[in-house]
Amino acid sequence: MTIGKDHRMSTVSAADIAPTAYAWEIRADGLKVKVGKKRMAVDGLDLSLGTGVHGLLGPNGAGKTTLIRALATVLRPTGGTLELLGESVGGRGEHRALRRRIGYLPQEFGYYKRFTVREFVEYMAWLKEVPKADIPAAVQRAVERVGLADRADERMKTLSGGMVRRAGIAQAIVNDPTVLLLDEPTAGLDPAQRVRFRQLLQELGTDTCVVVSTHLVEDVAAACTDVVLFAEGRLVFQGTPDELAAAGGPEHVGDSPLERGYAALLQGSAGERGAW
Amino acid sequence: MSVEHASTRIIEAYARGATGLPDDEVWAVEAHLEVCPVCRDRLSAAVTTGVPAVASLVDTVWSGLEPQVAVATTPPRRRRPAWLSRWATPAMVPWLAMAAAVTLAALLLDLLGGSPRPGSGEVSPVLVLAPVLPVLGVAASWARGLDPAYELTASVPRAGLQLVLRRTVAVLAVVVPALLVGGWATGVTVALWLLPCLAFTSATLALGGVIGVTRAAVSLVVVWAAVIVAPTLAEGRTTVALRTDGLPVWGLILALGLGVVIARRGAYSVLGAHR
Repeated sequence: MTIGKDHRMSTVSAADIAPTAYAWEIRADGLKVKVGKKRMAVDGLDLSLGTGVHGLLGPNGAGKTTLIRALATVLRPTGGTLELLGESVGGRGEHRALRRRIGYLPQEFGYYKRFTVREFVEYMAWLKEVPKADIPAAVQRAVERVGLADRADERMKTLSGGMVRRAGIAQAIVNDPTVLLLDEPTAGLDPAQRVRFRQLLQELGTDTCVVVSTHLVEDVAAACTDVVLFAEGRLVFQGTPDELAAAGGPEHVGDSPLERGYAALLQGSAGERGAW
Repeated sequence: MSVEHASTRIIEAYARGATGLPDDEVWAVEAHLEVCPVCRDRLSAAVTTGVPAVASLVDTVWSGLEPQVAVATTPPRRRRPAWLSRWATPAMVPWLAMAAAVTLAALLLDLLGGSPRPGSGEVSPVLVLAPVLPVLGVAASWARGLDPAYELTASVPRAGLQLVLRRTVAVLAVVVPALLVGGWATGVTVALWLLPCLAFTSATLALGGVIGVTRAAVSLVVVWAAVIVAPTLAEGRTTVALRTDGLPVWGLILALGLGVVIARRGAYSVLGAHR
């Protein structure tokens, strides 16, 4: 009797039930990341992130995108240590095994206009080394999770901005990542889509370390278990949304407790630089 | 890999509702059935022949489901085969088409202008174009300005040496046949154009890993203009770099370039190389 290779396929793999060898999915210690020749966009960051949804808040130019790129291993740290899933990132390594467990949605997310949504997500699944036999199911699941199942066979260029963003989220989750990095994922989503997206985030956050960079305080309030406030390349505050709200008082600017907390914490670091 | 299959006795007992099977055997056979299509087929055969009650139940369920299954849309036929995008990104296609078109146009002009006699010292367009064509193809596969998905591509596990080699093979698979036709029609020896072509390809990749592909491509086009085009125009005949004497140098550049690409194999998996 011929034995197919299907025997290797099983619903639960050894990797799924193996105990983890790390305490935090993401751990940075004195992390420094340089952008260009001179500017240190992340400058001595200490950060530990576990399972859950972490909102990365900060003013424009705080270094959020640089930090997310470093976490996605497309920028190499200049100094300090960065450990992802227990593996130290840096040097010239390709980090293939680690990257298979990361999902990443860049801020300026480029795609091939002629691809259909399904072709695009399939292509990304192939690039992420999802086993060939699992690709069609994984793609269908990812597309359904972002609510694009009915548009899956239409070309990317026919989609609206919000749908393109959702296709971007679909490619990020197609490999069932353990660390999911989303850089400004809510840009271009309308209010109803934003609510759906926050539900998806909460769902993903139950077993994944999700890092969402945003400048919308209300995103954080609705979906995040944890807030990381970041200014001028340094950590200003890390805690729950309630703790962030508690930091602000009536004397601080803002329309909601969270906004007042945000303003309060940024005072004295980057808040006063420039009128905006 | 060799795997034990469930015995016919167990399969048949399981088909009859697992009566008379100890629990541990039931667990084992169920776990095995989940992953073994061969035994699922055997179970299905055992049910059909041995347990008509279950078989008719399955048929009833199927006939109930069939209208829904028929309604479910079949995905439209793919516009492009999936394997193609694994070798060349859509962003590369116009550039590769252009490279092929340029070669053929140059060849046509050359043939119309009178066929050159081999060894006469007249300049063959194939020789002049061979080094620069793959440079454009390589740039189109990696440069930020030409490949919109560069950041996504840089972040995936497959980025790095494997993807570099795949895309380069795709570029060469278009450029080399075009040059081969040209070389054959104008009577130029294969080695004379192939080595400069490969040397420029490896140099683009090696330099691209250090200073970014766009800058690497621009500098190599400048080098091409200075070392090959300018002397050719000035002398009105094939420059020394493209004659047999130049071959060892091209070979050396090729080897050096390959060495750098392999030594810095992670370069294309960070953003720096896509500049």
